[in-house]
Amino acid sequence: MSKKDMPIEKSHIMMFARSIGDPNPIYYDEDHANDSDVGSIIAPPTFTQASAQFDPDYFLRPKIDGKGWFGSGKEPTGAKKEGSSSGGDGGGAAMGLHAEQHFEYHRPVRPGDILTPETKPGKTWEKDSKRAGKLKFSESVTEFRDQNGELVVTAIGVGVQTEKPVEN
Amino acid sequence: MLDKSKINVGDTHSEVVVEDLKRTQIVQYAGASGDYNPLHSDEIFTTKVVGYPSVFAHGMLSMGLTGKMLTNYVGDASLKKFGVRFTNQVWPGDTLTSKATVMSIREEDGETLVDLNIETTNQDDVTVITGSAVALAK
Repeated sequence: MSKKDMPIEKSHIMMFARSIGDPNPIYYDEDHANDSDVGSIIAPPTFTQASAQFDPDYFLRPKIDGKGWFGSGKEPTGAKKEGSSSGGDGGGAAMGLHAEQHFEYHRPVRPGDILTPETKPGKTWEKDSKRAGKLKFSESVTEFRDQNGELVVTAIGVGVQTEKPVEN
Repeated sequence: MLDKSKINVGDTHSEVVVEDLKRTQIVQYAGASGDYNPLHSDEIFTTKVVGYPSVFAHGMLSMGLTGKMLTNYVGDASLKKFGVRFTNQVWPGDTLTSKATVMSIREEDGETLVDLNIETTNQDDVTVITGSAVALAK
């Protein structure tokens, strides 16, 4: 396994389906799933987003060493201030929002699969907005291949860095 | 799976996908997805440091909720494509309704494909997601 490989497990699929409030038995009930046209438990369409769990360096998960997290503890932000150039006090890092997400499905994701994600940067562009100042968009394209090297899901994400919080 | 003899361009399917969204469900999504950005669970950080009025849902939670409506409509393992833009934030207390509209029905490489327009709105009729999907039909 490469270090970001995502082993697909039925308990993880069940927990993910619960978190999106989806009671469809195809996501947890083996008897139902095995008797269905689909033939087994499958993952919901947005499940590969949970590949973040398997990226040891994923920046939106507190690390086990406890360093560098930017949520509240004793202070509203727990991050140590390290100069102002790199997004500064943690608020900068938190200004990143998800603007778009697109999936192409080549086959269903099933328990037992081991998916290997490979991410490449895509386009970048800027836009001015009244609600959030200057917006910097960047695209990333992730191909999830299975244990046989076959393409399973292609995920295209677009992130946006806003100059200030979005006004509502 | 959608049955091409039973669907027409302009058909719609809609569902309420969450009522009165709870902060706990957002935390549940953080745990399942692995995205622990404090903007979604840490009210103190989000209001005092970043300046939003409260925590808010992951875009991908809104997309996941929208996907539930979609798979209920098109059937399991029938999606070929699903894409969205996040047009407004989703807040605790929101009630979301997702709608799919059949835009076209076409044959390609021996398969019947249905193009769908997707929209999710909140209780104030503000659009939080726009998007599209392609589903296999029989």
